[in-house]
Amino acid sequence: MKAIITVIGVDQMGIIAEVSTLLAKNKVNILDINQTILDEYFTMTMLVDLEKLEISLEKLKEKLNEKGEELGVSVKLQHEDIFRSMHRI
Amino acid sequence: MINTYEIMETIRMLEEEKLDIRTVTMGISLSDCADSDGEKAREKIYNKITEYAGELVKTAEEIELKYDIPIINKRISVTPIAQVAAASNDPDYIEFARTLDKAAKEVGVDFIGGFSALVHKGMTAADKKLIASIPEALAQTERVCSSVNIGTTRAGLNMDAVAKMGKIVKKSAELTADNGGVAASKLVVFANAPEDNPFMAGAFHGAGEGECMINVGISGPGTVKAALEKVEGESFDLVAETIKKTAFKITRMGQLVAKEASEKLGATSGIVDLSLAPTPAVGDSVARILEEIGVEVAGAHGTTAALALLNDAVKKGGVMASSHVGGLSGAFIPVSEDSGMIEAVEKGALSLEKLEAMTAVCSVGLDMIALPGRTEPETISAIIADEAAIGMVNNKTTAVRVIPVPGKDVGDEVVYGGLFGKAPIMKVSDYSSSDFIARGGRIPAPLQSLKN
Repeated sequence: MKAIITVIGVDQMGIIAEVSTLLAKNKVNILDINQTILDEYFTMTMLVDLEKLEISLEKLKEKLNEKGEELGVSVKLQHEDIFRSMHRI
Repeated sequence: MINTYEIMETIRMLEEEKLDIRTVTMGISLSDCADSDGEKAREKIYNKITEYAGELVKTAEEIELKYDIPIINKRISVTPIAQVAAASNDPDYIEFARTLDKAAKEVGVDFIGGFSALVHKGMTAADKKLIASIPEALAQTERVCSSVNIGTTRAGLNMDAVAKMGKIVKKSAELTADNGGVAASKLVVFANAPEDNPFMAGAFHGAGEGECMINVGISGPGTVKAALEKVEGESFDLVAETIKKTAFKITRMGQLVAKEASEKLGATSGIVDLSLAPTPAVGDSVARILEEIGVEVAGAHGTTAALALLNDAVKKGGVMASSHVGGLSGAFIPVSEDSGMIEAVEKGALSLEKLEAMTAVCSVGLDMIALPGRTEPETISAIIADEAAIGMVNNKTTAVRVIPVPGKDVGDEVVYGGLFGKAPIMKVSDYSSSDFIARGGRIPAPLQSLKN
């Protein structure tokens, strides 16, 4: 199952590293990354593969949330279909 | 790969612009629960509902988690109870309402609709019992919603039923006088009622619907308003186009949820109802969209045209996005549930007459409107007749959900809280409609009904 992780927040060092490490620890493979600064906000979107994820989706979201709070950014995880269905004919 | 801009747009719609799935409604056929013994019928009803809808709330929560889409309500609609209870020889159907309430509480849904009767051509004994039971049924239960269909384009208007319903609305309010007449907020009187509407209070599972269907109601007045803010001052062509595109995206989300919910629950995917349904929360208002389109306050001249544009553009955008669009689909104008509407009434910009005109071009009718407690039942019946006539002649659904609030008059307001919001009492005509309503009989179907 492919999902999109979105990280939004005020830019600081280590965001990409911290999030990627958490994902690697939980066997989530990163397929594509896009990162940009939009109006001084750090915005990162990652296409990830949850095929080998061993914990529940709920637990992963919880961990990402905690990491986000630690770093002062918002971290969301959503199945890619919501974006596909809304933005493609 | 979906680009960052599109991802941010979706997230902004969900987080800032109040985009949500307003309801996932499971429609369940209860026709096989009929029994000459009322108690056995109720047992079958309770068991069937709890069996089919047992996983509804949990499934909705899983979908919420997977997509980060809020699913605000989980609901159930059933076969009109007048049809199901007809075989039983109970003197009234209040016990049936209690059974529905119990089942709803057991599975955890917030409302169960279908304490209903379809009487557009005539009333059976069962229909009469159901209608007579409505006030007590709604006063004694929490989650049960009721509806009565009194007319269609093909059948004309059943004015005997219309006369009855004015009294029933009034009695329902009177029995719940200590709570602002709230029972009347759970009762809808329809013309051309749809069989697959997922919204309350008018949801019921029509006869042609099948065994178990999932119907999804999506909403997002905030997202439409936000999109229109970007085209300030531009022509109506662009306004319509903007609304259409936004409606497409919103409906696609509803379609996604509908498909997933029905697969997970082993039910058939019914329809997506793309109705811009406001809530009292700030940023979730249909009135504000109309004001964004350019009228100073909702109710000013131009409001009807603006609403016509909005209603139509929403439908056009949504139709492309979904395999099956149905229910009410359009824009809702429930007064007490829309912060902009409430303000417009308080300012004196929006009257009952203007609302009646607006119902000719949008998807519902006179909805969640508080009236003076001393309003005569004949006046309420006449209001129903007016709305029904608009629906009958224009081949559309119209409905009346008004609350004559005991002890309150124009200048007062009633507060319900939650999704029902608050409502300023609106003025009705000072003149009588008693002779009109006293006639009885049927208003014949209009020429438009002869389509063959």
